[in-house]
Amino acid sequence: MADTENVSGVEIQLDNVTKRYPGSREPAVRDVTMTIPAGKIVILVGPSGCGKTTTMRMINRLIEPSSGTITIGGEDALRLNADTLRRKVGYAIQQAGLFPHFTVAQNISVVPGLLGWERGRINDRVDEMMDLVGLDPAQYRDRFPRQLSGGQQQRVGVARALAADPPVLLMDEPFGAVDPITRGNLQDELLRLQTDLRKTIVFVTHDFDEAVKLGDKIAVLGDQSTIQQYDTPEAILANPANDMVAGFVGAGASLKQLTLLRVRDVDYEDIALTAPADESPATLRQRMIEQNRTYALVLDQRRRPLRWVHVRALSTASSLTGAGTPVGDSVSTQSTLHDALEAILAEGGHAVVTGTRGEYVGMIDITTVTDTIKQLREEHEAGSAAS
Amino acid sequence: MNLFDYVADRWDRLSLQAWLHVSEVVQSTIIAAVLGVLIGVAVYRSPIGSALATALASTILTVPSFALLGLLIPVVGLGATPTVIALVLYALLPITRNTIVGLGGVDPAIRDAARGIGMSRVGVLARVELRLAWPAILAGMRVATQMLMGIAVIAAYAKGPGLGGEVFSGLVRAGSANATNQALAGTLGVVILALLLEAVYFLIARFTVSRGIRG
Ligand SMILES: Nc1ncnc2c1ncn2[C@@H]1O[C@H](COP(=O)(O)OP(=O)(O)O)[C@@H](O)[C@H]1O
Ligand SMILES: [Mg+2]
Repeated sequence: MADTENVSGVEIQLDNVTKRYPGSREPAVRDVTMTIPAGKIVILVGPSGCGKTTTMRMINRLIEPSSGTITIGGEDALRLNADTLRRKVGYAIQQAGLFPHFTVAQNISVVPGLLGWERGRINDRVDEMMDLVGLDPAQYRDRFPRQLSGGQQQRVGVARALAADPPVLLMDEPFGAVDPITRGNLQDELLRLQTDLRKTIVFVTHDFDEAVKLGDKIAVLGDQSTIQQYDTPEAILANPANDMVAGFVGAGASLKQLTLLRVRDVDYEDIALTAPADESPATLRQRMIEQNRTYALVLDQRRRPLRWVHVRALSTASSLTGAGTPVGDSVSTQSTLHDALEAILAEGGHAVVTGTRGEYVGMIDITTVTDTIKQLREEHEAGSAAS
Repeated sequence: MNLFDYVADRWDRLSLQAWLHVSEVVQSTIIAAVLGVLIGVAVYRSPIGSALATALASTILTVPSFALLGLLIPVVGLGATPTVIALVLYALLPITRNTIVGLGGVDPAIRDAARGIGMSRVGVLARVELRLAWPAILAGMRVATQMLMGIAVIAAYAKGPGLGGEVFSGLVRAGSANATNQALAGTLGVVILALLLEAVYFLIARFTVSRGIRG
């Protein structure tokens, strides 16, 4: 846990930072002091208008603090040239803010270009970044932003922010404008990126579920950006510091904790009887009767789940590819237990688990999830009794 | 003599006047574009400045061209100088206004992103804002050019170069030999040149407006 070897991020320290906008009586941000540890994702979460954006934008000085100090990796951010500072701090915003007149490659090249990188190096970097965010360079390099979907634009936005390999990445509701499914995918990918990159990421959102899913630590902010609680998601869910935090955590804290766990963390079992798609229905039927099974899972050549077949359907079926019903929602080992629960409910009590390449690895059922919830609850009761 | 014979006969002089006509209009448009964009850049962030600049440029446009030339002649004399000054002044309104509209129409999120990733103020203006406003600026220049093609005819009054001379002397000599041909040749010349310039603008837009923002 505590290895610092591959951390490319640096610590950010805010000390008594206050921002008073001209013409308003109350400060938008009042006296915020917080340490954002190197290589972690810290989420600023709070109701709209509480000062999250203002707090974040002071870190790269798009907004100048009225008072207080900010250091990034030990350097006083307020004494650097603002443009130079920003080239070392990645910045990604809602709806990506891509330059519409630049191609994807040109957008990603901007910061390396400002830093005076050579052309060849920039080109290589563009391809590297596009691979990193899951966009095929051959296909998308020369597209313009308007030729991309919202989710793809957001990926380019992240690639642009990371292009010059800044130690710090600021993200202001970056996934706020995309549909829930795409948002889920983008969140998963950010987590995947971060396991390799280990940047210091400051992430603003008003969505507490997003905060729980992404954050190593969460700062729940109240009016004027006052810190209500600053802790790990687990700790905040288990012990909200005050009513405001409790209100923000909302109902169903134990359900939310399911977003903290992944399918790979719990016991799923390889219990289904599987059959390759080219097996003859008669032999499969024979096997099922021998093993006393009513259902079998048909897999394709790469062992990806295709269909469920009932033993009775096999006496009349001519091939396995046409028999039975297609597999509905499946979950991967990367999925959160929360998503797994949804798939389990949709599938009627159990769901197929697939590995990284989509291959069948086992089954998860509702008792696995309920056992996990029970276990979490017991741990928290023990934890809060101790504290 | 019919019109074709007339044009063939006077081709040398007509083509020279046509060339001078286009040349003064294009030069005036370019000068006005430089000034208009500078003014636009200076005022677009301030609503009051924008309103003021637009109002001023509109006021110029309401002065009849005869009157403006008449006012300029005593100051700068006859010839090309008063013509170019008048043309530049008239071209300012569409270009300044479109620059302000174009720059004002840039999505604030894009400006914010540009600043946020470390572009300097000048960089944001040159590489982002003006590039995004360029279709509007170009449209303003196109309107200005078309307008100036007509106004430049009037400039013959100040003994300026161009096809205006043909139109005027044709009209003045109405009834005498070839008077109609002369006026017609001048007028048609202006129309044809205007269409040609329209084609040039089309090509400029094609080659200078990014495909990412072309309508
Ligand atoms: N440029 C500004 N000028 C004046 N007030 C502002 C400005 N930006 C934000 N505010 C005010 O500061 C407060 C915090 O805004 P913001 O940081 O954007 O909140 P959040 O991101 O949490 O929604 C709000 O009350 C907002 O109206
Ligand atoms: Mg905000």
